[in-house]
Amino acid sequence: MTTTPGSTDQSLIRNFCIIAHIDHGKSTLADRMLQATDLVSDREMRAQYLDRMDIERERGITIKSQAVRLPYRAVDGRTYVLNLIDTPGHVDFTYEVSRSLAACEGAVLLVDAAQGIEAQTLANLYLALENDLQIIPVLNKIDLPAAQPDKYAAELAHIIGCSPDDVLRVSAKTGAGVAELLEQIVADIPPPTGDPDAPARALIFDSVYDTYRGVVTYVRMVDGSLDHRQRIEMMSTGATHEALEVGVISPEPVPGDALAAGEVGYLITGVKDVRQSRVGDTVTTAAAGAAEALGGYQDPKPMVYSGLFPIDGSDYPVLRDALDKLKLNDAALVYEPETSTALGFGFRCGFLGLLHLEIVRERLEREFGLDLISTAPSVVYRVGMEDGTEHVVTNPSEFPDGKIAEVNEPIVRATVIAPSDYVGAIMELCQSRRGTLLGMDYLSSDRVELRYTLPLAEIVFDFFDALKSRTRGYASLDYEPAGEQVADLVKVDILLHGDAVDAFSAIVHRDRAYSYGVAMAGKLKELIPRQQFEVPIQAAIGSRVIARENIRAIRKDVLAKCYGGDISRKRKLLEKQKEGKKRMKMVGSVEVPQEAFIAALSTESDR
Amino acid sequence: MRQDRRGTSRPALRFYVHVPYCAARCGYCDFNTYVPGEQGRGSRSQWRDAAVAEVAAARAALPVDPRPVASVFVGGGTPTLLPAADLGAVVARIAEEFGLTADAEVTVEANPENITPRLLDDLLTAGVNRLSIGMQSADPAVLAVLDRRHQRDGAVRAARLAALAGFDRVSLDLIYGTPGETDASWRDTVRTAIDTGVTHVSAYALKVEPGTALARQVAAGHVAPPDDDEAASRYEAADDMLTAAGLPWYEISNWAVPGHECRHNVGYWSGDDWWGVGPGAHSHLAGVRWWNVRHPTRWTAAVSGGEDPREGQEVLDADQRRTEQVMLGVRLAAGFDPDVLVGPGRRRTVAALARRGLLEPAGEREWRLTRRGRLLADAVTVELLQPVRSAATG
Repeated sequence: MTTTPGSTDQSLIRNFCIIAHIDHGKSTLADRMLQATDLVSDREMRAQYLDRMDIERERGITIKSQAVRLPYRAVDGRTYVLNLIDTPGHVDFTYEVSRSLAACEGAVLLVDAAQGIEAQTLANLYLALENDLQIIPVLNKIDLPAAQPDKYAAELAHIIGCSPDDVLRVSAKTGAGVAELLEQIVADIPPPTGDPDAPARALIFDSVYDTYRGVVTYVRMVDGSLDHRQRIEMMSTGATHEALEVGVISPEPVPGDALAAGEVGYLITGVKDVRQSRVGDTVTTAAAGAAEALGGYQDPKPMVYSGLFPIDGSDYPVLRDALDKLKLNDAALVYEPETSTALGFGFRCGFLGLLHLEIVRERLEREFGLDLISTAPSVVYRVGMEDGTEHVVTNPSEFPDGKIAEVNEPIVRATVIAPSDYVGAIMELCQSRRGTLLGMDYLSSDRVELRYTLPLAEIVFDFFDALKSRTRGYASLDYEPAGEQVADLVKVDILLHGDAVDAFSAIVHRDRAYSYGVAMAGKLKELIPRQQFEVPIQAAIGSRVIARENIRAIRKDVLAKCYGGDISRKRKLLEKQKEGKKRMKMVGSVEVPQEAFIAALSTESDR
Repeated sequence: MRQDRRGTSRPALRFYVHVPYCAARCGYCDFNTYVPGEQGRGSRSQWRDAAVAEVAAARAALPVDPRPVASVFVGGGTPTLLPAADLGAVVARIAEEFGLTADAEVTVEANPENITPRLLDDLLTAGVNRLSIGMQSADPAVLAVLDRRHQRDGAVRAARLAALAGFDRVSLDLIYGTPGETDASWRDTVRTAIDTGVTHVSAYALKVEPGTALARQVAAGHVAPPDDDEAASRYEAADDMLTAAGLPWYEISNWAVPGHECRHNVGYWSGDDWWGVGPGAHSHLAGVRWWNVRHPTRWTAAVSGGEDPREGQEVLDADQRRTEQVMLGVRLAAGFDPDVLVGPGRRRTVAALARRGLLEPAGEREWRLTRRGRLLADAVTVELLQPVRSAATG
């Protein structure tokens, strides 16, 4: 039996992933496995080898998955091929997670022995069970003084329906229990059972843009094989390319002759845009290809929109080029030019969720040196008019005037897990965010799972922060789209000296409009410096003003003294003010510092 | 501007002389001044020799400058803590090295509590012809907050003594907006100042300077910070009262009987040249500004040792010169000529500011600040310096 890439015997292959919450030690465990299989020397060992991007390393989270092939000599004397498929760990990337899981036969469910299972882990566990994956429950960090392995073993056993004795106990940090885990993987996870002689079918579970190689596509071969230099076809689009290179990651790319049924590897075709090689798509051969694609493919669909504007207007072309570059590596990112009277030229961008937004924004600032303002995130509304027309609104300033029949907003099904002491606080929060309780279950004697339907708009601002602060950090949250509902929503405009400031318009529930208006007007009163004339700040629904504040006119700005020794200092002060004026945006005749926009848009203390 | 012998126009040459000593430090003051115990031993007695030496050094640096000195201003600190003869020695050396113009103005700053008939006679003998007295307020509560050592009547008495001694040019300095001051007490202060019969009044809004005792008291919440709106009202009250008394404004913070303006200070605002003598003193000569080391001991050591006492300098480029010209020019009632501004939008900028009630015509070509404009002079200056932007929006 052979383990050469391209001709590995399927009975020796184990394809698995690790399902874990942020900080529960997934990357450390992956590092241990690399070491245990002698793939990476200690000298080369960079902490958390599999997380490549800086942002990932700093935040300790995995955004883009990778797959690594580990040759493992088991106790039975045979050498197995373990393919560890790393999965993204955040709610925004549920679809990518589901495709990674679809590439596996088993999953290691990794839970911190001091914290227990979290909502996202639970959601991903359910996804894995739906995909019929063999689950190996593992408690990590058993070396910690705060570890409660018995309690959490019982909790895991309760959730997946096994005995607490079946829950492995490891410390990825010290290496304790890792050898046993590897044996368990070989023993429990079934080998792949694809048809090696059928037409080729490979599932794309990740697609990464590399500056030098173009797009690198990660695939799980299900049936048949793909050869070096073969012409291949992407089944969702029918586009064909040449497989310029095929290979496996072990842990650096190793080019080979082919990828065979059951194997996990990569292929390079020379395309430059990840949209040509979409996660979830099926790859087959151009000649004598498969008739039917593997199931489960979806187009990525933005859930949250936000305007991104350069603080320095002359950076607009830099922002455009930067988005064009990021798009090569991010099939879910969509954008189009947007003009704001308050913020100038920028882009309306669509994201999978809040983390996705934050990651894109951070990469734009870090990798391209941009200073950006992002407007308050907005969801996608469908506005039906009385005349039967319909508008899709992703930007509050485009909310239609005129007679509106109904407004539909997206809703999500949310799962919150927390210690039972906080049930009251969580219910109060969800209630205030227009949530509907679907159900509540005790995972163990003192931990509860709450299920809610919530409007997406209510959680895209600061829901997670509010949840964390009300539960002293113990609650975890997961959510998935659950369709739409009709809601009584209105647009609140903010007017400065009579001119509407588009960046501050918001679509809110009618019951919340007044408090939003009062809070926003109050906040702007604090943030906008006094002008030479009185400036009214109004919040209005249509032409009806619901809140008003006044910025009194400034009467005096001059320094009374200016003699010989004051002149240099005074000139420098004026030069500074002159520079400061360049950072002012004119809203009608009112000068608003950039900082005021940033501060007003970045905090949501009005709830 | 004066015509020199070659017929080309050159700014006047002036001297500022800094006396860095005070009997006690006032809580609001961030000037370069030292109270007993802060300066090095004997430095006060060495001050005269060092100041005289710096005048000689100025002449050595300007060996062929033909300009006689148009004014000398001895400020501080508290110059009257020194014997009048010491001040006179410095004035005399300036006259000896450069000559004085026939109508040269020689001012000394004085605190009311130091002023005696004897001192006034000595100052007159030393060639001093103008006195600037630090009255600050007539409100005892305000004087206490300011840490001033004189009483309500001190300044009034000092002004009368000065007039009796033969000084026909006396100025009183006032401060408004001090915590504890009221509209009524401020009006009483201005009235008291006017009633002394002086021909010049300066009035400054109290500013909390970082590092002062007052700043610490404000930060600790013991004293309320001055309020800009209140300060604006006080300014308007003073302007009304002084104008009615025959002392119209000639600079944002200065009012005088016509002909009694401080020519030395007008020189600062008009771009004249001056040499600053003393520790921390600033100088300006043909677009170069420099300043001396601040500590009296270091300054004395440098000057006595024949070294250059300057700590730093800057050479103004065209842009900086224009900024200063606008920033200083707008402060004057005589107004400024819009042609000093650059850019095609300058006339529209001026027109827009006039429309908004901030500028008014002051002559054939000149414009000056309205009273509202005087209080917003910084904003007006910034706008004047950005003619293109204003042209686009105004």
